[in-house]
Amino acid sequence: MATEFPAHHYLNDGYGIKSWLLTRDHKRIALLYLIAVTFFFFVGGAFAVLIRLDLATPPGDLVSDDTYNQLFTMHGVIMVFFFLIPAIPAILGNFLVPLMIGAKDLAFPKLNLLSWYIYIIGGLMGVYVLLTGGLDTGWTMYAPFSTRFSTTRVVPAALAIFVTGFSSILTGLNFIVTIHKMRAPGMGWFNMPLFLWSTYATSLINILGTPVIAITALLVAVERLFRFGFFDPALGGDPVLFQHLFWFYSHPAVYIMILPAMGVISELVAAFCRKPVFGYSFVAFSSLGIAVLGFLVWGHHMFVAGQSVYASLIFSMLSFLVAIPSAIKVFNWTATMYKGSVSWQTPMLYAIGFIGLFTIGGLTGLFLASIGVNVHVTDTYFIIAHFHYIMVGGTIMGYLGGLHYWWPKISGRLYPEGLSKLSAAIIFIGFNLTFFPQFILGYLGMPRRYHAYPPEFQVLNVLSSAGASILGVGYLLPMFYLAWSLRYGKPAGANPWGASGLEWTTTSPPPTENFPVTPTVTESPYHYPSPVVKHVA
Amino acid sequence: MHNHSTAHPALAHHFDSLDQQQEAASLGMWVFLLTEILFFGGLFLVYTIYRGWYPQAFASASHHLDIPLGTINTAVLIGSSLTMAMAVHAAQLNSRKGIIVFIVLTMVLGTVFLGIKGLEYSHKFHEHLIPGLHFEYAAAPQFVRHAQIFFSLYFVMTGLHAAHMIVGMGLMTWMLIWTARGVIGNGYYSPVEIVGLYWHFVDIVWIFLFPLLYLIGRHA
Amino acid sequence: MFDIPLFPERASTIAGEVDALYFFLVGLSGFFALLIATLIVAFAIRFRRRHADEVGAQVHGGLLLEIGWTVIPFIITMVIFFWGAKVYFAMANPPDETLNIYVVGKQWMWKVQHVTGQREINELHVPVGRPVRLIMTSEDVIHDFSIPAMRIKADVIPGRFVQIWFEPTNAGTYQIFCAEYCGTQHSAMIGRVSVMEPAAYQAWLSGGTAEGSLASRGEKLFADLACNTCHRPDARGRGPWLAGVFGHSVQLQDSSVVTADENYLRESIMQPAAKVTAGFQPVMPAFQGLITEEQLLALIEYVKSLSPAEQPQAQPAGTQR
Repeated sequence: MATEFPAHHYLNDGYGIKSWLLTRDHKRIALLYLIAVTFFFFVGGAFAVLIRLDLATPPGDLVSDDTYNQLFTMHGVIMVFFFLIPAIPAILGNFLVPLMIGAKDLAFPKLNLLSWYIYIIGGLMGVYVLLTGGLDTGWTMYAPFSTRFSTTRVVPAALAIFVTGFSSILTGLNFIVTIHKMRAPGMGWFNMPLFLWSTYATSLINILGTPVIAITALLVAVERLFRFGFFDPALGGDPVLFQHLFWFYSHPAVYIMILPAMGVISELVAAFCRKPVFGYSFVAFSSLGIAVLGFLVWGHHMFVAGQSVYASLIFSMLSFLVAIPSAIKVFNWTATMYKGSVSWQTPMLYAIGFIGLFTIGGLTGLFLASIGVNVHVTDTYFIIAHFHYIMVGGTIMGYLGGLHYWWPKISGRLYPEGLSKLSAAIIFIGFNLTFFPQFILGYLGMPRRYHAYPPEFQVLNVLSSAGASILGVGYLLPMFYLAWSLRYGKPAGANPWGASGLEWTTTSPPPTENFPVTPTVTESPYHYPSPVVKHVA
Repeated sequence: MHNHSTAHPALAHHFDSLDQQQEAASLGMWVFLLTEILFFGGLFLVYTIYRGWYPQAFASASHHLDIPLGTINTAVLIGSSLTMAMAVHAAQLNSRKGIIVFIVLTMVLGTVFLGIKGLEYSHKFHEHLIPGLHFEYAAAPQFVRHAQIFFSLYFVMTGLHAAHMIVGMGLMTWMLIWTARGVIGNGYYSPVEIVGLYWHFVDIVWIFLFPLLYLIGRHA
Repeated sequence: MFDIPLFPERASTIAGEVDALYFFLVGLSGFFALLIATLIVAFAIRFRRRHADEVGAQVHGGLLLEIGWTVIPFIITMVIFFWGAKVYFAMANPPDETLNIYVVGKQWMWKVQHVTGQREINELHVPVGRPVRLIMTSEDVIHDFSIPAMRIKADVIPGRFVQIWFEPTNAGTYQIFCAEYCGTQHSAMIGRVSVMEPAAYQAWLSGGTAEGSLASRGEKLFADLACNTCHRPDARGRGPWLAGVFGHSVQLQDSSVVTADENYLRESIMQPAAKVTAGFQPVMPAFQGLITEEQLLALIEYVKSLSPAEQPQAQPAGTQR
């Protein structure tokens, strides 16, 4: 029976640029984000390529010192604010939240569109910064370098971050109200897919944390423009106060970046093992636990920054505690695979990759929570390796896994499975080659943000740069075959994976209103009744 | 599933009932106000830290603020919260005239507040108390550096507050237009209610700002 | 070519302790990473889907298992916490007797100031086997003084002193890095620690400097800047007499009590109105912007020399105000 492509769906419900730029449909807004976020990913990625090229040799000989400093700064700013924070929530979250809860749209569709426009404005401000002198403060913008000494475009950059933050805040607000007020009849909190729990926890962090970075960025801009003294010691201010304010947001921010990916992994593991996630309520509560504890650990970025011994000890202890909910998730996902019907399709490969790489990244977090080791490795490549294992080995794998899983629903088409598996493998290999040597480099003492380095570090740097080139190829491939599939991919049908979940009960692509009739939910989100053929234990 | 032909005209297509829609709007505004608490909270934290470190400089600087004007402004703003509450009440009772009268009163009081604020700012300008290149603190030069921090906080905190008031008055204009056009009414009043929530929040921020900025070290 | 070390040389008493914790963590992480990786690969193979409409078995959640894999990680992390805290305490608590050296970071060099008067740029000479305390500040932005071979580092902050300490165990030269991004030539802000045998160090010291010790320079400045017109030993001084102040408690005008450490002395010179000693008026002029960091160090060392010979209470490194 050939799979039919639906006649009417959200993609052909209105043509023309106005129907896209003035849409209120959460699914179209998700695609608007997909285009913008993908653009920024490749800009940030290009900067990474240049950084790794320069670092293949010990002297800084590819670009000047100032240019190099701008490269790592803009790589960080773009990847954090314009890729990692919005990607899964604004693309997959926007697309899926109403579908997963059985609603026609989010609570505030116009606010959703406004969020996208705010993101675009913030992004254009970022491009303006790039084109008119760049930024060289590091994405962390420590004072007083950022407020007095840097000769780059600090004020527009701070304002760009200020503006972009509101995009996250409004998206978070939208998700919270939607999940509270618009669940389909029969869907209680403990009947929701785990992706919604993660999205909810992420949204809590978004609305509580982002305002603090917003005010901090504003104060940096005001101090620099008007010489108001908040952080500059020459004006009576305290530079360490900047760090407290900055990290109060930026630590929870990393949970904004990883929680949605964890939500995706829960969905992937359930779907590709065709069984409920083991320990559902533990996984659900662990998301909330991460969100709460995540606000209490920011001082672990400041163990050597002039923080008191006692504060440091408290932050260290709390940092160990925040690791535990993540460990609980990893064990539950692993247990889900036991006696599952495990498919090796591409999304599952990404999920398995995530579990392995996130585990390594998370374990290295224990090294960093331990102050005795932290003092030696902070501000070195060990830190860089740690957060790239989580952000890239974790979040990006989760994002790509989710993109591949829901691509048939979003586009109505299947992508070529052989090529997608190959890309996943290339990404996995390239990633490890790029970042594992950096742990060693860090313990040996190579500081981060270094343009030139002593020659004894070269071999490890060359390995890392080689890995980066492989990783780059791995990321480019999906761009091509996913785009190809839009035109030439086989029609997917409503549920190509045989997965459970409300989103799979409607057509691929879905109609604009998602469901002709609001569904009533009677089953758990992971309902895999045994068919005639049963998995034999 | 609701029947669109008998549905309330203000009911949006993605909600099942007007109740659901109004509840969602209300929750949305509360969540937004939570973000505003964190936003202003960052500033209050900076204030608390610097005041804790330099209490005498802060007290000295605070004495340069105009208590009579600040007190009048506090009364004006609290009054405007009263008129706003009356506007919400009128909306709940479907009284178009009441909504319009009370929102206009609220906006008048808000304008008075902003006018007095502007007056205070211009005084500070003439007294060379705006931080930056032209800041002077001849009366107590030993405090100059930390008094400048006080005034930096004063201008950023009250400035941000004033910006929020201006936004609030913009929202009120919007409510006036909707009320005149008949969009508000007939059981649909949540936009006025949530604008009221926002305005009350702006008032509460001022109630913290006033003593923290104006009343340091003032004993009876 | 592939003889890549996995850790730097160990050149301080704390280095071995840091490495021990590190290797424990490497082993622990390796174990758990391998465990998870093996399980997921094994499950993926053992339970791979054999028919298109096959589903998984309903395995019901085990509360015991959940508690188990919550409690065991909790215990393990607490062990790591206490071990890490122990190492950290050793780093944060210098012994009472230390050789004090001042370090000033500025874009993009390290200026080292010995109390005997020697100055060095991007070099630090110390004797082996003696605890060294570095009292550090920055002239401009935040830097970080890092010696990987000693396993210590600390951010160096403008407007404040921070301290780290180490006891070198092996003679040799070791890398100094700036480890907090500080602008254009951040990666060029590097140097070498030269740890010398005691005899060689004495020889180096006695190649001294004509300027005399840091404290004597400070004494001269104290007079040049007219500090002595107010800070007099007799009762007519408008400022407190400074003998015996350093390292002891000072009662302030608002009745609070602070310990006179290097940061207190610094603030009392730069922004004296911030903490006024009880019984005195806030009339001392602020010297912020009027003296250089080197001059400030000289003045502080002079005031320290007015206190009895024993070292002050050991200050945890990086203590805030």
